[in-house]
Amino acid sequence: MSNHDIPEENLPERSTAHGEVSVPDENPFADPGLPPHEHRIQDIDEGAARRSERTVALLFTISMLCTVGFIASYFAIPRDKSIFVFPIGHINAMNFALGLTLGVALFCIGAGAVHWARTLMSDVEIADERHAIEADPETKQKVLADFAQGAKESALGRRGLIRTTMFGALALLPLSGVFLLGGLGPKPEEKLRHTLWAKGKLLVNMNTDQPLRPADIPVGSLTFAKPDGLEESDEDFQQQIAKAALMIIRIQPENIKDKRELDWSHDGIVAYSKICTHVGCPISLYEQQTHHVLCPCHQSTFDLSDGGRVLFGPAGHALPQLHIGVNQDGFLEARGDFAEPVGPAFWERGAEK
Amino acid sequence: MSSTTRNASRRQAPAGERVADWADGRLGVYSLAKSNMRKIFPDHWSFMLGEVCLYSFIIIILTGVYLTLFFHPSMNEVVYHGSYVPLQGQLMSEAFNSTLHISFDVRGGLLIRQIHHWAALIFIGGMLVHMMRVFFTGAFRKPREVNWIFGFLLLVLGMFTGFTGYSLPDDLLSGTGVRFMEGAILSTPIVGTYMSFFLFGGEFPGGDFVARFYTVHILLLPGIMMGLLVGHLILVFYHKHTQFAGPGRTEKNVVGMPLLPVYMAKAGGFFFLVFGVIAIIAAIASINPIWAIGPYRPDQVSTGAQPDWYMGFSEGLIRVMPGWEINFLGHTLVLGVAIPLIVVFPLVLVVIAVYPFLEAWVTGDRREHHILDRPRNAPTRTGLGVAWLTWYFVMLVGGGNDLWATHFHLSINSITWFVRIAFFVAPVLAFLVTKRICLGLQRRDRDKVLHGRESGIIKRLPHGEFIEVHEPLDADQLHTLTAHEQYEPAQLGPAVDENGVERQVSRGEKLRTKLSKGYYGEGNQIPKPTVEEYKEITSGHGHH
Repeated sequence: MSNHDIPEENLPERSTAHGEVSVPDENPFADPGLPPHEHRIQDIDEGAARRSERTVALLFTISMLCTVGFIASYFAIPRDKSIFVFPIGHINAMNFALGLTLGVALFCIGAGAVHWARTLMSDVEIADERHAIEADPETKQKVLADFAQGAKESALGRRGLIRTTMFGALALLPLSGVFLLGGLGPKPEEKLRHTLWAKGKLLVNMNTDQPLRPADIPVGSLTFAKPDGLEESDEDFQQQIAKAALMIIRIQPENIKDKRELDWSHDGIVAYSKICTHVGCPISLYEQQTHHVLCPCHQSTFDLSDGGRVLFGPAGHALPQLHIGVNQDGFLEARGDFAEPVGPAFWERGAEK
Repeated sequence: MSSTTRNASRRQAPAGERVADWADGRLGVYSLAKSNMRKIFPDHWSFMLGEVCLYSFIIIILTGVYLTLFFHPSMNEVVYHGSYVPLQGQLMSEAFNSTLHISFDVRGGLLIRQIHHWAALIFIGGMLVHMMRVFFTGAFRKPREVNWIFGFLLLVLGMFTGFTGYSLPDDLLSGTGVRFMEGAILSTPIVGTYMSFFLFGGEFPGGDFVARFYTVHILLLPGIMMGLLVGHLILVFYHKHTQFAGPGRTEKNVVGMPLLPVYMAKAGGFFFLVFGVIAIIAAIASINPIWAIGPYRPDQVSTGAQPDWYMGFSEGLIRVMPGWEINFLGHTLVLGVAIPLIVVFPLVLVVIAVYPFLEAWVTGDRREHHILDRPRNAPTRTGLGVAWLTWYFVMLVGGGNDLWATHFHLSINSITWFVRIAFFVAPVLAFLVTKRICLGLQRRDRDKVLHGRESGIIKRLPHGEFIEVHEPLDADQLHTLTAHEQYEPAQLGPAVDENGVERQVSRGEKLRTKLSKGYYGEGNQIPKPTVEEYKEITSGHGHH
């Protein structure tokens, strides 16, 4: 053990090794050595030892009974039966019975073993010597010499051509694996920039599956909508709804503060993306007095009467608004796709639109 | 004839010995057992924390294998026809469907699912607490730094294994967590969008991530963890266990009881205790009731959405970070997401990994350490540890800011601002307070050594003065309270060497000296009593 960095006097004194016990007169803090063993009641009283033995045996017996109980519960209890257990309430009877019997069966084996070890097995403390981990100098020299010998015999140091090409080959090879990983997914391209919304797409109520009319949306309500033609059974429904989900509210037109929002609304009806611009949670909490919406995941708050701007929380930009209008049949329709990508921001988001 | 003698000699050896002989001839078991069968382990309650982790890991593997027999890692949409009435007829992924099947139609399936999930939470909690034990007692010092790194990797991989497993049922809550992860990946500069598309096989959520997470969750990560775990245990055996200072306990020995039989029974029994307790928890406490949450839909969410506890600190980071988003040469830099999740999140973890090397650099100590520190005797280290924990808990509070708000009727905005400020201030306060407490405890130990234990007996002296009788400590206690080492702060040394040539002092050397002063300088540790002080007080005019 060596100290390369600090002078010896800065290091604390080594505590005395086991065996070199100094006389207390000289050093009152010296290691007095292992204290004498103190007998437990079980070591001196056979009656107490027998009581311990019976306790351990009782625990093992309880465990056996519980395993039998587990098997009985497995067959006897109907799967859907529920029971009332104070103070938990109504819970599934089978889960409760199986868990409890299994748990107690396991616990009693453990408790028995530990009690056995603590009361009946020897508790005399024994000292084992430690040995330095570092090799002695001769071993170290031998290994270094062996290595030098092996390296010399390989001639790797002398044959530069082999060395260079070998490292080159080994360094290039993993590239194959990297390229194989390229098949994990398609390139992003413009996929995050477009949704199913397009000019003339009807706004369909998410719950009733019916196209919406302005009269379906009273002031103060919050309605969720999807683009016409998107069905839950569609193969790509989850991907599409992850971008196209829409929330529609109605505000008195004079309360709309943002000019573009007013232009893109119809008679106070405004449609915004439901997907939070922070990390993509669906926004679902609406405060009708203030026209604020709140994302329940990370509490980003947006003002839907003012262009969807961020009022509070970790979101970085306003909620995208969908330009809507009414077609000749009186149904609400989109006037185009969102003008910007919906959902969380990404590196290419700010690049040319 | 010779065969009869062979039979006779064979009959003499007991069956167990013959099996052992057979194995020894092929595996060398006698040499292996020679040093390990009666290996000594020291006894202290905190040494069982690592066992909790080991056993919960085994429980997770056992129950996990059972769950794979029934779980279908597929995102194909199917209509539910199982026995849980409220969801009948609903469209859901096969993953969700098979999780419902395990919960309602497989006998004992719900129990195994709940044991698996509870054991996972206890596994990661156990690792964190075990790591605290190792940290605060200095057990990470040479020669155990590599094992500290193994443990650190197990913690980090455990978190990700937990996250991928939690995402497999494809329920509304876990799907929201996966979406959160997708948002975080998207915020990575330059490659984020590609990484997201490669991970999900296209746009979120796609049809691939459950199958991919499944392989990661049941094969890749647990395989690596199994290797690390075996390495961790081999190193524990090789280094031999650390022990606290005490009579007869030195740097050169390990005092305790032998593996066979005491620790075979205690540690083996403890496996059953841990398993039993987890099974009882799973019997009475519901966890992740996915049937109440419903299948995942990217346009739906529930309030009070929380990840499993060990991801709570990253949730806190993301919730309290201001929404910074800047335009960088026509590209979007999503600092509001990238800073907390791609910079701070790994940083919180990496500081754990590097600490042993930092402390070794400051002390410059290259010796082996097998005697543990009491936390009070390393005030700066203890302070730093408590500061980290405070930091961690502040982030957990931030992660549950909505629950704090609803349960304690507080404004969510004020909680968020509190967490933002506490993120920077609370660890500093925690460090200062902890250090003062440690120094106070060191002073008390010093007083105890020099003046003895307060006996509670009041004595009246002949001239009327009342004193409390102090009982001197016995040799065991005196040794235990003075056995710790105290470093001297490192000195920079003279600016000119013996030949009068100016010495170049590197910036690193200056920093090291400063840190060393912070760790061991005046006022940062209480000098332990010296023999002279002790003799002067005890031999002089007696007690006061």
